[in-house]
Amino acid sequence: MALFLVSAAVFGTIYVAALASLHPMGVADAASASYGNRINAATVSERHITDAVTAVNFDFRGFDTLGEEFIMFASVIGTILLLRKHRDESEGTPRDQKAGREISPPSDAVRVISVSLAGMVVTFGIYIVTHGQVSPGGGFQGGVLLAAPPLLIYLAGEFQQFCRLAPRPLVEAGEAVGAAGYAIIGVIPLFLHAAYLYNFLPLGTPGDIFSGGTVALIDLTVGLEVAGGFIVLLLAFLEETLVRRDPA
Amino acid sequence: MTTLLQALILGMVAAGGLAVVLTRDPLNQSVVVSFYGILLAIMFFLFQAPDVALSQIVIGAMALPLMILLALARIRRKREPPEPK
Repeated sequence: MALFLVSAAVFGTIYVAALASLHPMGVADAASASYGNRINAATVSERHITDAVTAVNFDFRGFDTLGEEFIMFASVIGTILLLRKHRDESEGTPRDQKAGREISPPSDAVRVISVSLAGMVVTFGIYIVTHGQVSPGGGFQGGVLLAAPPLLIYLAGEFQQFCRLAPRPLVEAGEAVGAAGYAIIGVIPLFLHAAYLYNFLPLGTPGDIFSGGTVALIDLTVGLEVAGGFIVLLLAFLEETLVRRDPA
Repeated sequence: MTTLLQALILGMVAAGGLAVVLTRDPLNQSVVVSFYGILLAIMFFLFQAPDVALSQIVIGAMALPLMILLALARIRRKREPPEPK
């Protein structure tokens, strides 16, 4: 306890001191202004995008984001590989149960809330994915949101309904198409004698949903990839906890 | 006003981190870490980073606790005695 109090006091002092010396919010000095102002000026005039963060992520440093996306892709594949069916494991019927006792079916309240939320979350997820170039959000955040509805359906019902709503081949295809789509959109400009990931599409009106050229398309592919990746992960984990039995 | 809110949320984040560490049972911890994720999201929002806040909500408050819960469920199943025939 004494050790904790001492370290808490030391940490607290450093924490407060560090926070006090933070750069003042919203006030730019010469160093940060030269970068930030340039980005802010370029997003609307040169890319017709009103959300600077999306412009940076999917255009100005689009190649970095491609790498980040494939980190996610690789880690999902790694998890599936780890959770694959082993030779000495048998599969039973997928059922929620703890050894020796049945779990009661979900209550009406849980079912009503889950089912009514599912539709709203789908709509909101699609909104976030498609409006990445206009307002905060984008393919990544929207993609994770889109992975939630199957889970809500699972909460309201059975694992089989999760599988029917998000069949594994479809979800895996979505993930693969999303990941490949980003790379392919990047390759197309090479045939037009431009740099990789060059924004070759018409930019549209700033603030419009079809603005931003390739950024809107890349947003869609990232949304597809992330949603697919997360649902595959959920499927793998749920299968692992519900279906598999240890060797008999 | 904003500075006051920022100071408040920074204090709450510090306290939240402590709460996560002091919760010793992994099952309870997954719920506490979810609340901590929401605190972090509010902090990002108050520091004018709504994009990061959105990511933090979906990952820190939703995906991370879920993965912990599922992993725990898997581990506990293995530890339990075999089902009675």
